[in-house]
Amino acid sequence: MSVTAATDWSRVRPQPSALARLFDWKPFLVFICMLPAAALLLVFLTYPLGLGIWLAFTDTTIGRSGRWVGLENFEWLMGDPIFWSAVFYSVFYTAVATVGKFGLGLWLALLLNNHLPFKSLLRAIILLPWIVPTVLSAIAFWWIYDPQFSIISYILVDRLGILDHNIDFLGSTWPARWSLIAANIWRGIPFVAISLLAGLQTISPSLYEAALLDGSTPWQRFRFITFPLLLPILAIVMTFSIIFTFSDFQLVYAITRGGPVNSTHLLATLAFQRGIPGGQLGEGAAIAVSMIPFLVFATLFSYFALARRKWQQGEGND
Amino acid sequence: MATVEIRNVRKAFGSVEVLHGVSVDIEDAEFVVLVGPSGCGKSTLLRMLAGLENITSGEIAIGGRVVNTVPPKDRDIAMVFQNYALYPHMTVAQNMAFSMKLAKAPKEVMDREVLRAARILGLEELLHRYPRQLSGGQRQRVAMGRAIVRNPQVFLFDEPLSNLDAKLRVQMRAEIKELHQRLQVTTVYVTHDQIEAMTMADKIVVMNGGNIEQAGPPLELYDRPANLFVAGFIGSPAMNMLPGRVEGGVFRSADGTAWPLPLNGKPVSEREAVYGFRPEHLRLDPDGIRATVQVVEPTGSETQVLMRLGESAMTGAFRERVSARPGEALPISPDPALVHLFDQQTGQRL
Repeated sequence: MSVTAATDWSRVRPQPSALARLFDWKPFLVFICMLPAAALLLVFLTYPLGLGIWLAFTDTTIGRSGRWVGLENFEWLMGDPIFWSAVFYSVFYTAVATVGKFGLGLWLALLLNNHLPFKSLLRAIILLPWIVPTVLSAIAFWWIYDPQFSIISYILVDRLGILDHNIDFLGSTWPARWSLIAANIWRGIPFVAISLLAGLQTISPSLYEAALLDGSTPWQRFRFITFPLLLPILAIVMTFSIIFTFSDFQLVYAITRGGPVNSTHLLATLAFQRGIPGGQLGEGAAIAVSMIPFLVFATLFSYFALARRKWQQGEGND
Repeated sequence: MATVEIRNVRKAFGSVEVLHGVSVDIEDAEFVVLVGPSGCGKSTLLRMLAGLENITSGEIAIGGRVVNTVPPKDRDIAMVFQNYALYPHMTVAQNMAFSMKLAKAPKEVMDREVLRAARILGLEELLHRYPRQLSGGQRQRVAMGRAIVRNPQVFLFDEPLSNLDAKLRVQMRAEIKELHQRLQVTTVYVTHDQIEAMTMADKIVVMNGGNIEQAGPPLELYDRPANLFVAGFIGSPAMNMLPGRVEGGVFRSADGTAWPLPLNGKPVSEREAVYGFRPEHLRLDPDGIRATVQVVEPTGSETQVLMRLGESAMTGAFRERVSARPGEALPISPDPALVHLFDQQTGQRL
């Protein structure tokens, strides 16, 4: 029998180095881990936004750094009919396109929520307009709206004989405005339809069965079950959709460049027009900055008016 | 209040037949439980009763009226779903009043009926809460309230207790049974839990693989199971079953042990058979069969003992406190008045 020496329990563990202790200190660790993300946000979001707001209060042009002019740019825009026309068309474009996208998108989502043959294939096809790069689909629409070679005119005039002359889609104010809205709706439907479809699929089928036993008609099931339960998701999708539509640039710039006679300018295209080709960076920035209140208002409206519902919130009483 | 007749009902999904000609007669005010393992077709049968599934062939009649083509809302039934299917965006009162709102009932009638149902179930305090704010048992009660408000001829329950914890399940079981006794409405209740079936039913219908194995009062199923499936399904712990032969006036199990034949059965000629006895019908008997103890599980009110005899395992449940240790021999004997014999091939009772 041998006796082993008792373990030396009293031995002190070596003190960790200062660096190791620093990394064990939670505030420092939080700071270090947040740094990369914060740096990205600062450099690519906060700085450009801040620069844009700064430029809006200067008379900078391309090639000449500006002076602080206070609200002069905005005062000038107040008296500019083209600016007001762009404000009107931005609001009109957003409102009509949103109604169109949500009407058709919801309808499509309800159709796709049924058991259809080739369901996955159909869903993939529906995503196509959204996957195609915007500029490409814009060029396709440009061709569709061409005064001479438009396929719509071809079908209506040469094939069906309903009209006796080609349609002038982009040559005058209101047809051009409606044509752009139609293109925007076409492009926006997939996003709305697929998002709402995801929302529809979270509604338990047994709710519909219960409503069926309660004696509901299909319309009542939509009105009292589907719609209220879809509302929270509808609100979020609508917020995004309004932001994307209001700040749209690509479709308009690729199809009409704001013409004819500035009638289809959105705020984003007008800001670009004045700032880059026109060289008036300060004025362009002022136009861009003037979009902010509209976006904030639209976001707050859809968020607070539609999104938060008492029944969604957890435990809290009455 | 109404009778329900299910006559030779079949159900096929595509080429797969899940119900093979099922017939059940349910009397007025009777509490019938459909029980069976998952996939046996019990829920499908209930959904056919509700009108949520088509009937492939056969007939279902509620209150003497064939309802095969009657839409669910006109069948005069109310159903409680497994997940309760409460409308999450409506308060308790709105949930209960929804069917009347769809029928455009006057507000006074709606308020009166909701209050009546709420009183029956003790929900008066909760009428303005949303389902999210309720506990599982409260949601269950609201789901029943929604059914009661409609004054249906038949209540249908689809595994209503399976989302509750064990203690609440026992409590709700009693509440549902008490409710049935008070309202006296014909009830069809689906569950996979044989204890629920035993405790609540006036009549149990045991289903398996799309067929009815046996239908009858709970204790008849327990005392005289028609076949091996029912014998194994009803009762907990499950019935012990030993394969072997009937010969020389005894049953000889595979290891050669002789067991007494049932006292009250028909005389059985020499043949292969399965010998069944319930764990609670074993007695400690100094002159009995010596089985080897494997595990002793005292539950307080009784002691369950897992034993081996040759190759076969069996369970005994004794009122006495058994002090045997694993490995020891325990002398036991079954009560010959309470043992069963089944055909080895068909599984039918002999």
